[in-house]
Amino acid sequence: MIAPAKPDLVTVNIDGQEIAVPKGTNVIEAARLVNVDVPHYCYHPKLSVVGNCRMCLIEMGMPAVDPATKAPIMDPATGKQKINWIPRPQIGCGTNVSPGLHVKTTSPMVKDAREGVMEFLLINHPLDCPICDQAGECKLQEQATGYGRGYSRFVEQKNVKPKRTQLGPRVTLDDERCILCSRCIRFSKEIAKDDVLGFVDRGSYSTLTCYPGKKLENNYSLNTVDICPVGALTSTDFRFKMRVWFLKQTNAIDTESSVGANTVVWSREGTIYRITPRRNDEVNDTWLADSARVLYKVVKAADRLAATETIEALVARAAALFKSAPGAIAVVGSGRSTLEEHFLTRHLANALKASAQLVSRVGQGDKLLISADRNPNVRGALVTGLIKTLPTQQLTDLAAQIDAGKIKVVVAINEDLSAAGLTAAQLAKVAIVYLGAHANATSAAAKVVFPTLTVFEKSGTLVNQQFRIQKTLKAVPAAAGATDDLVVLSLLVAAAGGATLPAELASLWKVIAAEVPALATMSFANLPETGLVLDATPFAALPFVEGETLHYKPAQPAVAAATA
Amino acid sequence: MAVITVERKPLTFLERTYLPQIAGGLKTTFKHLIAPKKTLEYPEQRPAIPVGYRGVPTLVKDPNGREKCVSCQLCEFVCPPKAIRITPGEIPADQADRAHVEKGPQAFDIDMLRCIYCGLCQEVCPEEAIFLQNQFSMSGYTRAEMVNHKDRLYELGGTLPDAHHKWDKKKAAEEHGNTH
Repeated sequence: MIAPAKPDLVTVNIDGQEIAVPKGTNVIEAARLVNVDVPHYCYHPKLSVVGNCRMCLIEMGMPAVDPATKAPIMDPATGKQKINWIPRPQIGCGTNVSPGLHVKTTSPMVKDAREGVMEFLLINHPLDCPICDQAGECKLQEQATGYGRGYSRFVEQKNVKPKRTQLGPRVTLDDERCILCSRCIRFSKEIAKDDVLGFVDRGSYSTLTCYPGKKLENNYSLNTVDICPVGALTSTDFRFKMRVWFLKQTNAIDTESSVGANTVVWSREGTIYRITPRRNDEVNDTWLADSARVLYKVVKAADRLAATETIEALVARAAALFKSAPGAIAVVGSGRSTLEEHFLTRHLANALKASAQLVSRVGQGDKLLISADRNPNVRGALVTGLIKTLPTQQLTDLAAQIDAGKIKVVVAINEDLSAAGLTAAQLAKVAIVYLGAHANATSAAAKVVFPTLTVFEKSGTLVNQQFRIQKTLKAVPAAAGATDDLVVLSLLVAAAGGATLPAELASLWKVIAAEVPALATMSFANLPETGLVLDATPFAALPFVEGETLHYKPAQPAVAAATA
Repeated sequence: MAVITVERKPLTFLERTYLPQIAGGLKTTFKHLIAPKKTLEYPEQRPAIPVGYRGVPTLVKDPNGREKCVSCQLCEFVCPPKAIRITPGEIPADQADRAHVEKGPQAFDIDMLRCIYCGLCQEVCPEEAIFLQNQFSMSGYTRAEMVNHKDRLYELGGTLPDAHHKWDKKKAAEEHGNTH
């Protein structure tokens, strides 16, 4: 006989508060649910539990029962069941909840234990917080303040260890600061599957090091910097650049592939200093590829375009081009544009009675956080109805039409047409209206160039490979001489004789919600931080190029990139 | 509003002559001719500055002539009028006497048009590198002149005694054989 299915919940008591948590939860996570902080270093929710830092020591006990009769033993003083407390502290990370478990996190024994652990950790810690990049977001700093003794009894001389070891091209190791929590080792082994890190030697000689002849150079190496609870692993790119407390955090989305990893962009006074991952358990957990962290360099790139004319003059020239070739216009959108830009591009194509297409960008997926489709928002174009089929890598149809003289004007949005297979002769044959942030062969050949913004300078939404619509927000102000893509597109739609559409997100979303059934109930403001999954069934027949990545399994076997 | 009429007292005969007042005034004048001087002939003469005076913020060097600031930017953070601006930099590994400090300011600017002489920068400095010293008068013809750059700050600051020699302790530990 099968017992009826019970909800897999167990009730535990943490500092007097009862809470029901799923089976298999450990004490740290259970305490987090009742807003009790159990300090820890080595435990990380997405990595295996090793329990070697000993910071999460707690006192625990179980309700007492009579060994013979299994009847609860009552405490006459309180009238409740007696709790048999274990006389020594236990680690919270390695203790999974069991029914009736009682936990004390503030008892004198726990306080003593934490002070003792903190004191040992700080014995050989250099306390060079003034020069440490981790200062301000350092667990050791926070927990020394929160749970430490407050003064040092150590009068001997501290150990001296190497302070600027290059573990790889992007990661610098300061051995003195390392508290040997082994998070980086576990990350490399379990997540990045590149087991290059390890501890060598014993006692105070213990050192984190790379396997001889190897380097920490996989594309996920900077995650070790994120999860390092102290300043031992630091990013070589961000080293000594800016203190973290000056930086403004803006939630954004990684645009290097259709995974759509959630990120935080850290900026100060219009300059971006670094990009770190933002936890989203449905997309990227707490990880981010290294290649996604240098994307901010496009904002201050030397080849940024800047307007030499007013936007009105540029729009007037574009309108004249549109009038000169009715019915012979093509629109090339970009899989890197936001959903809102796709929506306006669709309106532009409709107003011009032009065909719209995207350029596909396919690379090798790494099965983790970089998918084969290197365009972050092809699905946004599908959802808004800009395109009906998947884009191709080469614009062969367009090239043929240009050669045949059927197309006289091309509106290229953020796409280099020469990279998409159009020859210089073909580019010279047509009048190009180019919208983009950076100079390239197309902008050089274009008749009208609208300098627009990089993804860090504008807000919008992107639809990732799971059909999850996610918000990316403006981190820094627009570069001088560049105009928001939405403003340019809405002006162009009006110039092409289309409807007057708002360029401001809140009002534009009212139009989008009214026109796109899949987005009918949404607005930009109420889109949750972790995104919303859209219905993918209308596009189920399309042969998407993505293979399997973290939290994503393709509905059908990935089609070889060659067919794209 | 109520009007209060104040009755003016008529002057006495002596008062009408003004002579007692003139005599009183002359008495004060002649007293100060022989009394010790209370004023200073500024700027040739300068006042004695009391201990703890908060003058122009300056950067100081340690007795070995080394830069003490490690560009932790705490002063920049604490500065209420945002007068301080620091560009942090790395000390190259080939500077034998300072490479172990790792970090130092590339640029350090204090805008004296913004500075309010509050002394919070001195209070917050973990390296005892910034001090509000005795210099109290700053002047210039342009706004740019009123920004003290790093060189000027060290020139104003000079060298102060160091009770801790914090970074030398590290060298000592190394020489003691604690290198692991």
